[in-house]
Amino acid sequence: MAPLLTVEDLRVTFPTRRGPSEVVRGVSFTLGRERLGIVGESGSGKSQTGRAILGLTPPPGVMTAKRLEFDGIDLRRATPAQWRSLRGARLSMVMQDPKFSLNPTMTIGRQLTEMLRFHARMSAAEKQRAALAMLEAVQIRDPDRVFRAYPHELSGGMGQRAMIAMMLVTEPDLLIADEPTSALDVTVQVEVLRILDRLVRDRGMGLIFISHDLRLVGSFCDRVLVMYAGRVVEELKAGDLDKATHPYTRGLMNCLPQIDRDIRPLPVLKRDEAWAR
Amino acid sequence: MTETLLETRDLDVTFRRGRDRVPAVRDVSIAVTRGESYGIVGESGSGKSTVLRAICGLAPVSGGQILLDGAPIPDPRDAAFYRRVQMVFQDPYASLHPRHTIDRVLSEPLAIHGFDRREERIEQALAEVGLGEGFRFRYPHQLSGGQRQRVSVARALILEPQVLLLDEPTSALDASIQAEVLNLLDRIRTERGLTYVMVSHDLAVVAHMCDRLMVMQHGRMVEELTRDQLRGRAAATDYTRQLLQASKGYTPAA
Repeated sequence: MAPLLTVEDLRVTFPTRRGPSEVVRGVSFTLGRERLGIVGESGSGKSQTGRAILGLTPPPGVMTAKRLEFDGIDLRRATPAQWRSLRGARLSMVMQDPKFSLNPTMTIGRQLTEMLRFHARMSAAEKQRAALAMLEAVQIRDPDRVFRAYPHELSGGMGQRAMIAMMLVTEPDLLIADEPTSALDVTVQVEVLRILDRLVRDRGMGLIFISHDLRLVGSFCDRVLVMYAGRVVEELKAGDLDKATHPYTRGLMNCLPQIDRDIRPLPVLKRDEAWAR
Repeated sequence: MTETLLETRDLDVTFRRGRDRVPAVRDVSIAVTRGESYGIVGESGSGKSTVLRAICGLAPVSGGQILLDGAPIPDPRDAAFYRRVQMVFQDPYASLHPRHTIDRVLSEPLAIHGFDRREERIEQALAEVGLGEGFRFRYPHQLSGGQRQRVSVARALILEPQVLLLDEPTSALDASIQAEVLNLLDRIRTERGLTYVMVSHDLAVVAHMCDRLMVMQHGRMVEELTRDQLRGRAAATDYTRQLLQASKGYTPAA
């Protein structure tokens, strides 16, 4: 089966006063209908990688790639009209914080049906039904209330679920989730992950899961890319994280405190300049 | 050593706005021994930070008592209280004045409390948290998150308190930086014999840092555990077991 997404030599550059600064430096991977994790610390370029795939590199940043193909479509040459028909409909992104990613002046219901207005031909009643069904699918217990609610009337976990519902109501083929659960409590986090997991398995969606949390990615994804200073330093099967060979991955694993292990002081990550080269 | 240093008895905190009453903390009683490191774990909205804020006078106490060394603490808190109890906040980006240099951040508490040898104390405080002289005249925006949190720790330590209240001191930091800050806090506690009350949503962090911990939910105590009980998974309530389970990462539908 042809991969859903092919990325080859992806680069993102921002101009600065001291000359261009490359924040993503030659990232390559392919994605099938699976859960791919991208892990790294702040500034590693993981979020910029996710945004570049959707053509959302904020100006004045510039994205280049040797290949960037989604289901046979060359995204590098996509016109604005093509992007509009892809984004939201077939490629979607869930952002980290529902507080900043939902429109505060529109009800959740209106934001959900707006997605369908752009991307599907349905009657108003059908749209409302689809939106309510989606809210139910993301485990919102009282979909009617949430449908009518404004974002500020929802808790963080509810807002995040509403946002995931919005991104999934059009049944995309590829979802990029940038720290979708970092703002959530652990028990809610598990619920949100279950929803994503089910969508990958039942609908055959491809998922790119961007996170700083190595333990979470290791237990949730099928495959993990570890990024450091704009590069992928290691690619692993998620189950093999403890067999990681790169000193950065190992250092990142070791510096986490663990309930069952008492090491004092905690091992500290010693950065090697050679990793960034 | 069983001498209680900091104690809350049936602490209630209620936020009021107009006719609304939000009971944030209900009947929380903890007794922290001198030299102990005590953890409070819970999810957002459980009231864990509010307990800390109530202790240092930042939240409206509506019932119960807070005792330091067996004596009720004054309300409003006086300078003597803040010399003994200091707090480190969660967000190092929000808790330092953006237009004050590190030097000013550190000299203000010294001036307020009338300390002598200020120069020396500032230099010493910076050295203690692993920041060199070079950081002294910088502004917060010139520092990384980990460096800012070190400054917050230095600001709290400069008054030579006995108790540090730590509100999620590492949750805004990357894992590798978190390890550095936790090591720093651990070392300082051993060296100075400090007492910590530390709030975190991360069970592993609390297990690493604290001898004893309390689990909170909906403003109430769920249970109190020692580190060994936590390690042995000897949790008495479902909620704590649920938290323990979730701290292992994702497990496919049970």
